[in-house]
Amino acid sequence: MKKAKASPSHPLDALVRTERIPHIWCPGCGIGTAFSACLMALHTSGLDLDKTVMVSGIGCSGRAAGYTRLDSYHTTHGRAIPFATGMKLAKPELQVIVFSGDGDLFAIGGNHIIHAARRNIDLTVLCVNNLNYGMTGGQVAATTPTLAKTTTTPRGNPEQPFNLPLLVYAAGATYVARWTILHTRDLTQSVQEALHHKGFAFIEVLAPCPTGYGRRNKERPLDTLKLYQERTLIKNGANPAEAFLDFERGVVLGKFVEEQRPTCIEMYDRTCRLPDSAAG
Amino acid sequence: MKPAVLTGEHFMTGDVACAEGALAAGCRFFAGYPITPATEIAEHMSHRLPDVGGTYIQMEDEIAAMAAVLGASCAGVKSMTATSGPGFSLMMENIGLGVCTETPCVVVNVQRAGPSTGLPTLGAQGDMMQARWGSHGHYEIIALAPASPQDIFYQTITAFNLSEKYRVPVLIMSDEVVGHLSERVVIPEPTAIRTFSRRRPKGRKDRFKPFCPGPDGVAPMADAGDGYRVHVTGLTHDERGYPVMTADCHAEMIARITGKIRRNLADIIRTESYRLDDADVAIVSYGVSSRSSMAAVDEARQEGIKVGLLRLITVWPFAEEAVAHLSRTVRALFTVEINLGQVHLEVERCAKGRVPCHLVGHAGGTVIAPERIVQAIKDHL
Repeated sequence: MKKAKASPSHPLDALVRTERIPHIWCPGCGIGTAFSACLMALHTSGLDLDKTVMVSGIGCSGRAAGYTRLDSYHTTHGRAIPFATGMKLAKPELQVIVFSGDGDLFAIGGNHIIHAARRNIDLTVLCVNNLNYGMTGGQVAATTPTLAKTTTTPRGNPEQPFNLPLLVYAAGATYVARWTILHTRDLTQSVQEALHHKGFAFIEVLAPCPTGYGRRNKERPLDTLKLYQERTLIKNGANPAEAFLDFERGVVLGKFVEEQRPTCIEMYDRTCRLPDSAAG
Repeated sequence: MKPAVLTGEHFMTGDVACAEGALAAGCRFFAGYPITPATEIAEHMSHRLPDVGGTYIQMEDEIAAMAAVLGASCAGVKSMTATSGPGFSLMMENIGLGVCTETPCVVVNVQRAGPSTGLPTLGAQGDMMQARWGSHGHYEIIALAPASPQDIFYQTITAFNLSEKYRVPVLIMSDEVVGHLSERVVIPEPTAIRTFSRRRPKGRKDRFKPFCPGPDGVAPMADAGDGYRVHVTGLTHDERGYPVMTADCHAEMIARITGKIRRNLADIIRTESYRLDDADVAIVSYGVSSRSSMAAVDEARQEGIKVGLLRLITVWPFAEEAVAHLSRTVRALFTVEINLGQVHLEVERCAKGRVPCHLVGHAGGTVIAPERIVQAIKDHL
């Protein structure tokens, strides 16, 4: 505690529960970078941070809510999005951010993310994709590349992973982007855009998991970052169908989709409420 | 806006009366998923909520419905969902999150016969133990058992009040018969309805500890967006809401979330006595079975057997003292319920062998006929 007090302040300290540091993330993990990009975007967003909420599910990325000095809710595995949906519907003036991982949002929570996208509920969803279940020690996920080794695919993954941007776009998301933790400025700018976007905004953040994924796939932390630098191509407006994650063929990054469609709450107010009760 | 309280005399089903009770209690958020025989509650809420300034949403499954209810409640809005057996099973994990994070909400289970898909259109009371312990870990829960449309109207208000007061999910254990039965329901003037809302924090926002209980054992609760910047987690947490992975902190947290219920049993437990004063034999029952039991009491008395009824309105926490007291004053106890012995086990536990305890029950699908209860009493005396 003394050490924390003595250290110079950081511009994001007001947004961090510094008394909870050190965090649980491993050396070389990419979640912290995605997290600070998110906080930096919040810090510079001009939003009323007293009315900004972070909701997480379970997993390494799910711990983000617990380090954020906002109203922050660490919910059950896979259920951050429906929890956030209830919160947003009940109090529409809240700005609600969901910060969670690929396993949480797309495997156990897969049903919820497609329906949230379909409804175009006004949430900002950051999905840290580290290609495996890190918290439990590196098991295969719905995002693990085919043939990659994990503790539960010791001879290689026989399955094909999801293309996350394509999935959420097909389901109805109106803002879709993908960055890596090496592209922090683009990512921060993208989070800012997503925060101000009306409707369901989704950002995939590729992040290394050297402890769980890297060491079983001959990827040291810097190797992963090198892939992010050398095997990616920024292509704003790219068709999400091109966004399949394959570093051998090259990975497309950028803002793929930014569209306007009435949000879930706008449609509810317009369709379901009596004209005189819409205001109140 | 339309009135939230439909003062007057109505002829309505238990499911509709439940929805009207929720609106009268101040419920303004409902997340649902269709399931027989609870669907009519969602339908009625979808129709009524937008006209009283509330919001209805049909979620993609019951897991999502329960999660959305917790999210809405954390935003400060009284929230409810309604389901039946299979959906109740799916809600269990997030009911546990509600218990651990002390988030007020009401969950209605219009029980049908299980296990699994069972008899979707026919009633039972087979989820009573699931109501008690269905989510993992050790905790206390409040569960009420309504017996009629009029009863469920008031019990839904009670459920919201207890939930807000003790910051705990409250379960309304209705059943298909009560849910689909149409009867007279009298809804009073709004001023005659007592509603309670959770205590909100006061004082310095930066010093607020969201899980530091007041003298009543219950911590005030800040709404999301009120500037308190709370952290809420389903992990074992301290008074600040921060995770602490130790046995000591866990013991403290469990003591807090169970203690606030155990120390207030007198306020939480509601029972009704019917012709018990001079009874030789007592029936313990709840929900629709208490109506069969009431008829059985009258029939048995016509045949000269002095039978009385203890009707459990609150089933969990269990009315241990009332049942223990009965076991000292009567010759035998009969538990009447539509299952093969769930609350019966609790009655036996509390009777501590002082008197014989018998079950009058069956697996589900029909109510229990009063004649069967009378016959069982005769057979055992």
